[in-house]
Amino acid sequence: MKKLRAVIGTSVLVASIGAGAASRDTISIVGSSTVYPFATVVAERFGKTTKFNTPKIESTGSGGGMKLFCEGVGISHPDITNASRRIKKSEYEKCQKNGVKDIVEVKIGYDGIVVANSRKAPKFNISRRDIFLALAKQIPDPKAPDSGELIPNPYQTWKEVNPSLPAYRIEVLGPPPTSGTRDAFAELAMEGGCKTFGWIKKIKSDSKKAKKAGNKALAKELKNHYKAICHGVREDGSYIEAGENDNLIVQKLEANAKALGIFGYSFLEQNEDRIQGSLIDGVAPEFELIASGKYPVSRPLFFYIKKAHVGKIPGIPEYVTEFTSEKAWGDEGYLVDKGLIPMPREEREKYARDAKELIPMNF
Amino acid sequence: MSKLQKAAIKRRDIREAVEQSLRARKRRSWRFRLVGLVAVLTGLLLLAIMFTSIASKGYSAFERTEVLLDIDLEEAVIDPEKTRSEEVLMRADYTGLIKTSLRKLFPQVKKRKQKRALYRLVSTGAGDQLRDRVLQDPSIIGSRVSVWLIADDDLDQYYKHGDSQSRLKDYQLQWVAQLNADQRLRTAFNSTFFTAGDSREPELAGIRGALTGSFFVILITLGLSLPLGVSAAIYLEEFAPRNRWTDLIEVNINNLAAVPSIVFGLLGLAVFINFMGLPRSAPLVGGLVLTLMTLPTIIIASRAALKSVPPSIREAALGMGASKTQMVFQHVLPLAMPGMLTGTIIGMAQALGETAPLLMIGMVAFIADVPTGPLDSATVLPVQIYLWADSPERAFMERTSAAILVLLAFLVLMNLLAIWLRRKFERRW
Repeated sequence: MKKLRAVIGTSVLVASIGAGAASRDTISIVGSSTVYPFATVVAERFGKTTKFNTPKIESTGSGGGMKLFCEGVGISHPDITNASRRIKKSEYEKCQKNGVKDIVEVKIGYDGIVVANSRKAPKFNISRRDIFLALAKQIPDPKAPDSGELIPNPYQTWKEVNPSLPAYRIEVLGPPPTSGTRDAFAELAMEGGCKTFGWIKKIKSDSKKAKKAGNKALAKELKNHYKAICHGVREDGSYIEAGENDNLIVQKLEANAKALGIFGYSFLEQNEDRIQGSLIDGVAPEFELIASGKYPVSRPLFFYIKKAHVGKIPGIPEYVTEFTSEKAWGDEGYLVDKGLIPMPREEREKYARDAKELIPMNF
Repeated sequence: MSKLQKAAIKRRDIREAVEQSLRARKRRSWRFRLVGLVAVLTGLLLLAIMFTSIASKGYSAFERTEVLLDIDLEEAVIDPEKTRSEEVLMRADYTGLIKTSLRKLFPQVKKRKQKRALYRLVSTGAGDQLRDRVLQDPSIIGSRVSVWLIADDDLDQYYKHGDSQSRLKDYQLQWVAQLNADQRLRTAFNSTFFTAGDSREPELAGIRGALTGSFFVILITLGLSLPLGVSAAIYLEEFAPRNRWTDLIEVNINNLAAVPSIVFGLLGLAVFINFMGLPRSAPLVGGLVLTLMTLPTIIIASRAALKSVPPSIREAALGMGASKTQMVFQHVLPLAMPGMLTGTIIGMAQALGETAPLLMIGMVAFIADVPTGPLDSATVLPVQIYLWADSPERAFMERTSAAILVLLAFLVLMNLLAIWLRRKFERRW
């Protein structure tokens, strides 16, 4: 009896509460862990200075955020998703299929990916080609780099890769494959170095040619081959997956002066007394150099608004206005204090205008 | 050799053999005790290392640095029309007043960039602090007050830990030195840590939001899993017939206790959020998911407690003419209660420290407002620890450790409660 009563009581309770939850007055945001530190600051200020609730922000990663965002329209789905890369065509199509028709894209600025080491060790000056040669799973045979032959990565120390580098063992702490930082690193740094080999670059152009010629299967095969060469990271212990926690990487770098670490610029900025960013292709990871686009490993950050929710969930336009205001993302805004690299003024004005009028993107 | 001699030799051999095996047995038992002792000592040592490392990192978060500023509460700025209405006082530009006061203190600072660096010594929350002060007593408007304001996290870290951990620039350090010489810096108890919700400014971040969320979640978990678990255990142990179905149920319960907790999160996402349409990130859903997770633990512990009640009690009750229900509820249950409660509290302690299933139902999120009910968005203490551990600002490191200390304190309290309940109600036969 007691059990029966408890079961009935519980189900009644749950059902009544479920029926009462048919509205939501807090903005729900999901997405990239790289944008998370910026979005949370905006959300907090927005909550403090307006009559609206402070938006709720989940850090799900760019891909996870897109998945939740594109699942549909309605209060149980998020209103905004953050991303450390542009929305993919497949994701956009999935959104359309699920009824999420009008999506407003807002670019918020840039994030630099730095390769850093302890201040106790000399500063590295490496090229993207060095990065590729040190970390790729397979590299072109060093004896005959143009032969088209790939061999398993033989390098053990940085000096073997490039005689001007110290004779430290190659040991790089970086994010796991689920991370947007890793995607961007593979695409910008590794691929950047990979492309310096003419015959590898030719695979990509061949793939494009095949696609134009209508041979889709071949195009896909060539593209995958190219990606496997350029994005494949060695698994013999030289690249150490250190989890998503960038603070942990910083602490490990401090303990091991010979190791390098890969993480976002904001962590370098917060810890500049302990670690230093390596020069990549001769350019230091400094604020001005990333902002001007001279630093080669930087990526744009975005957020996407579900237009169907504007007017249904209170505060969305006001939140967007706060995010796109000069006092937030401007050259001297509070997001810059948190490590965001702002866009040039004209670009900011364009995106702020588009965001205000909620002009949907089309692919 | 006579028979007697032979017998004597044989006795001696036996004696020797016995003595030898005795020595070996003693050695073995000594070795075993040594291994046990070493194991216990290693455990204690590791525990001590963990505690001292967390406590030494975290204790400084319970203190905050404050800056003494003389602020002219100009009526023209706060309430130019002399309405004294709460709305006007709420909206006034208190940050501006603080900036004016800082400029007066350091008239030599002229450049725009340096001024910004100067303003950054004081927390962005200092304006709210001043506002609360004015709202409390509007009669101070127009006068000059000396207020201890919360310092920015960079200054806070420098003042508490010295040079080695400083992000302050040289010119900022000069100002800090001057403030220090004027006795305008002090450390005080960090009340914000206990009264505020989450924030991205370390000096304004607190655990109240997470604690409230944990409270709601545990309340719901306890309210559902204790009656459900105990009733299920009583039925299965005392009333259910023994057949293939109850065997199947038993095997399933034992298996569920060993299922990784994230699986319950996936189940909760599918059933409570997607199917029943309950709100994401709500403590209600968290409580339901953790109920599913702790139910097997409670059922198993409760059944063990029921089993340990001696049959003589049952037989005596039945012999005196009690019905089966009377026997169970009036005689067996009171005796089994301490064991059931211990099991429940240990289950609750497990639920209090859980993060994985909450990840799936959206409770791992930045939520600044303190929740007011089980349907508001909320996070819980272990999730707050995880989020802070991942924040770039250095000052969050000590807050992470401090939050761990608070969580540990709660876990220790719950375990003490379990021990106390067991001691108080335990019956020996």
